[in-house]
Amino acid sequence: MTDITFTLNGAPVRVAGQPPTRTLLDWLREDRKLTGTKEGCNEGDCGACTVWVRDRAGVRALNACILFLPQVHGTAVRTVEGMAAPDGTLHPVQRAMIDHHASQCGFCTPGFVVAMAAAHARGEADHDTALAGNLCRCTGYAPIVRAAEAAAREPVPAWLDDPLPEAGDPGVAMPETADALAAWFAAHPHGTLVGGGTDAGLWVTKQFRSLAPVAFTGRCADLRRIEVGADRVRIGAAVTLAELEPAMAALHPAFAALIRRFGGPQVRAAATIGGNIANASPIGDSPPPLIALDATLHLRRGDARRSIPLESFFLAYGRQDRAPGEFVEAVSFPRQPDRLRVWKVSKRFDDDISAVCGAFRIALDGGRVAAARIAFGGMAGIPARARAAEAALTGRVWDETAVAAAQAALAKDFRPIDDHRASAAYRMAVAQAMLTRCLMADRGSAPSVLEVSP
Amino acid sequence: MSLGTALPHDSATLHVTGQARYTDDIPLPAGTLHLCFGLSAVAHGVITEMDLSAVRAAPGVVDVITAADLARPADTSPGWHDEPLLADGTVHHVGQPVFLVVADSHRAAQRAARLARVTYDERPAILTLDQALAAGSHFEGGPIVWSRGDAAAAIASAPRVVEGAMEIGGQEHFYLEGQAAAAIPDEAGGMHVIASTQHPSEIQEKVAEALGVPMHSVRVECRRMGGGFGGKESQGNGPAVACAVAAQRTGRPCRIRYDRDDDFVITGKRHDFRIRYRAGVDAAGRILGLQMVHHVRCGWSRDLSTPVADRAMLHTDNAYFLPNVRIESHRLRTNTQSNTAFRGFGGPQGVLAIERVVDHIAHALGRDPLAVRRANLYAEGQTTHYGQPVTQFALPRMIDRLERTADYAGRRAAAAAWNAANPVLKRGLALTPVKFGISFTLTHMNQAGALVHVYRDGSIHLNHGGTEMGQGLFQKVAQVAAAEFGVGLGAVRITATDTAKVPNTAPTAASSGSDLNGMAVQAACAAIRGRMAEHLAALHQADPASVVFAEGRVRVGAADMPFAEAAERCWRGRVGLSAAGHYKTPDISWDRAAGRGRPFFYFAHGAAVAEVVIDTLTGEYRILRADILHDCGASLNPAIDIGQIEGGFVQGAGWLTTEELVWDDRGRLRTHAPATYKIPACSDRPRVFNVTLWDEPNAAATIGRSKAVGEPPLMLANAVLLALSDAVAACGAAYPALDAPATPERVLAALRRAAG
Repeated sequence: MTDITFTLNGAPVRVAGQPPTRTLLDWLREDRKLTGTKEGCNEGDCGACTVWVRDRAGVRALNACILFLPQVHGTAVRTVEGMAAPDGTLHPVQRAMIDHHASQCGFCTPGFVVAMAAAHARGEADHDTALAGNLCRCTGYAPIVRAAEAAAREPVPAWLDDPLPEAGDPGVAMPETADALAAWFAAHPHGTLVGGGTDAGLWVTKQFRSLAPVAFTGRCADLRRIEVGADRVRIGAAVTLAELEPAMAALHPAFAALIRRFGGPQVRAAATIGGNIANASPIGDSPPPLIALDATLHLRRGDARRSIPLESFFLAYGRQDRAPGEFVEAVSFPRQPDRLRVWKVSKRFDDDISAVCGAFRIALDGGRVAAARIAFGGMAGIPARARAAEAALTGRVWDETAVAAAQAALAKDFRPIDDHRASAAYRMAVAQAMLTRCLMADRGSAPSVLEVSP
Repeated sequence: MSLGTALPHDSATLHVTGQARYTDDIPLPAGTLHLCFGLSAVAHGVITEMDLSAVRAAPGVVDVITAADLARPADTSPGWHDEPLLADGTVHHVGQPVFLVVADSHRAAQRAARLARVTYDERPAILTLDQALAAGSHFEGGPIVWSRGDAAAAIASAPRVVEGAMEIGGQEHFYLEGQAAAAIPDEAGGMHVIASTQHPSEIQEKVAEALGVPMHSVRVECRRMGGGFGGKESQGNGPAVACAVAAQRTGRPCRIRYDRDDDFVITGKRHDFRIRYRAGVDAAGRILGLQMVHHVRCGWSRDLSTPVADRAMLHTDNAYFLPNVRIESHRLRTNTQSNTAFRGFGGPQGVLAIERVVDHIAHALGRDPLAVRRANLYAEGQTTHYGQPVTQFALPRMIDRLERTADYAGRRAAAAAWNAANPVLKRGLALTPVKFGISFTLTHMNQAGALVHVYRDGSIHLNHGGTEMGQGLFQKVAQVAAAEFGVGLGAVRITATDTAKVPNTAPTAASSGSDLNGMAVQAACAAIRGRMAEHLAALHQADPASVVFAEGRVRVGAADMPFAEAAERCWRGRVGLSAAGHYKTPDISWDRAAGRGRPFFYFAHGAAVAEVVIDTLTGEYRILRADILHDCGASLNPAIDIGQIEGGFVQGAGWLTTEELVWDDRGRLRTHAPATYKIPACSDRPRVFNVTLWDEPNAAATIGRSKAVGEPPLMLANAVLLALSDAVAACGAAYPALDAPATPERVLAALRRAAG
């Protein structure tokens, strides 16, 4: 049971005796009667439950519906009710939302207000990105973006600067080092590790599973580091996607551009790279680029560590090379010239699950393909390399003939499935088209619909 | 003067501060119970065994209710008595409520509902249009046919014939607030229901019937919905009746809110259609004869499918004169969710169908689609295929202006030049018009009531039968009241829709909210104002007609007093300061059997130009720009009207692009949450989005000469689909025949078709 402390709309609170998988949303609405924060989907896809969470690293917008209470231990939380000043002065985004007629039914509005206020506090000017995790069914978004643009000119209100509370023993397993986490997991090999909770949250809210016993990885400082060395890049398992994005922007911009399309900002601010790998979804988006970068997965059980090529972690749908009590400690890949290209195709551009995610690293030597590493998500029951396509390319002159050979080989690599995201035929056609794009990109002529101006 | 002013939504401040209360936010007494439905796992079958012991034994469970436990049959249908609250032995779709869990918390009820063991004797399920046609699974006994002239003969003698078919997908409402209701038992068998509903009077009727009490014993309230879009016209009946039945059984308040996934699988959606068309045309593309067939997937019960399919037929003309036309409409019963009202109510499918035909004709003749549209536009005074004269037909003038302001010709030339120079990315452009008939086709629904009180302090209590779902109705109607009394909006208190204040109301639907309720409120206000004027005039020896209510004051002869003082004086003079108002739409009549009449009081118009870019490698696309000119008559509130237009356009664009409903071969909806069902996100709106109002007062005598605006703008998004088709058409000679929704996958398939 919890014994956690945080500040809520400026006032310190202590929450004792709650199950560790009680969501912040349920607690806010049911126990505190703070009903401004809404349940729209209870799975982190609509943003109606967005809350403001500030810790030492700064302000984040998070989805309260899949945020377990222990995850806000030691933070300053504000809900929509806490956005205005104590004297009632509205936050600039609230004022702008009224002035620009940006609410209609108003049900999504609290989530938008909080997400906008968090982006405002961080000085973010890309409103499409900042609001990609908030759905509105009434306005068509145009007035909301106009409001965000107007509010950007106003200063960040001082009343939001809550002091961070002292965080004592939270009463649940929240180890502060990887060693402590390893010891806990070795002692509870059938327990559940929760990183950001953006997947495990749904096991609770949608599947009504018990995760007990549960440990939270978010306070393991040594799992939250990104080490860019001379030879390798090592990413701790508890690094969030939001933290990873700027690091990848400097090394492999295509990976960073893909990360921008993981969920919405609320999801990226919570979700961890370790979780995205360890949950082993066939449509997880981080494995394809990591595999293309020749990544190594670092696993640990107790004090025993082993490192394996990332692609060998995924054995079959729902089955991974991971023993009970063993966890992902980090993923690493060699420093290399940036030859990574990544494309994701989905029904909706933002905050959607890939129909196909393809990652390509085609190294050239004098016009020939010296080496090719190609990995896909969405093409099989696991993220997987396209070994036949790689072989078809290797050693060839990098031209249309090579692309055609690799495209034909893809049909040997994969037998994708038909489902509600895409048909097998479309998946294959898109995967093949991505090879064409690779060649066009190398010739400087791979255009994107995103770059076309009206 | 508050009419015509761009005031914010009445609840804007409450929205942005989180203080606006929705049904599930309203505090209820201690001891309130929470409900969750247990749902059918099969599409069609007879329940052979229901083992609910684990449900009953689950923590927090107070009661479990099945159809057999009900004191009397509880029905949730809007009229046909074909939707039992709980399945009565046979299930008709995956997701149909089978039993009801009553527990001490929402989560406890949800958890328990999963523990049931229900066994079914499965029966063959009809899931698709083809299966329904093959099985003869029609509502209304067979197809409905309306016609004018002789379509077959006109097509036979026409110089050219264009024919084709199109799939038009359905659409989930995805109101951000899911279905929610609560019921609080009152003394003497009464029941107070709070519901997120567009139709409080129908819930009152269904609850009274389920409880076996007269309607006077049931009071239904709704202050606001978190979105409705038609999805809370009839679909709110189930949760409200469930709460009432459970509250009567337990004697305790009961509340329910659907989990999003449950909402997807229980409730109906926009009807998916397949259309087949055969048009005979002349060299200019004029339609001489048209045969149109609609296959309409209604789902398992009738719900509102009859008027939805009727409205699709009524909008087969959209903006075009069809001298010879035959429309055949098959309303097909399937073992899927019962499709229901959704913004446009069949109109969008009917309008899209004819826009597709016109686009196809233009392609076949190698003419610009806009030229073919113009060739077919109604001339003022021509009659529709159901015999209604088309008057104040603004579209020819609107199209001329929009063509100019959006630089349609220049941008088409630029797109053609781009397409010639770019092998991978192709641009497309389309201009489409909308003409939409305003009024319920069920004539008796076109009435409304209002109740207005003026208190001694000059404050005004406003109530009417319309419901607020975000469309700004309450603010518009408050503007009417404030204008009538010449006071500021601060003097007017907007109150929750309440069947105990205004009885026997129509649903807030068919875009009619402000037309009907605005007039009813105006009538109530005018009655009070007339009494006040008469009394004050007598006091000051003035003519009642000379009394002026303006700027918060009342002027009577030489006297000039604040409105509050006038109210106080009237009260002291024993003047009744409360009035009910009633309104019925004039000049409408409709013979449904014949398909003839004047079903609509007037038409609302709009036109849009959309431009898109597609990637021919993957079928991905973006909407680059939209230019809209829309006819709101003399707008009651331009800010609210522009909001309806922008929002309707994006919602329509979602319907036609990324929003795809997929059922598997066992009738299970696979896209049942926002993770899998993709409504537009922020970045999906057009990069450039220009909306202008066509400010021409309505010739029909509506409130302030305004026009209804709720539904028509949704159909402006047809321009997006046809712009995508135009971009695809740049890649080959064959007609793209793009179906909806045009997901990237469908765009790629169309590209391959076009390339031959």
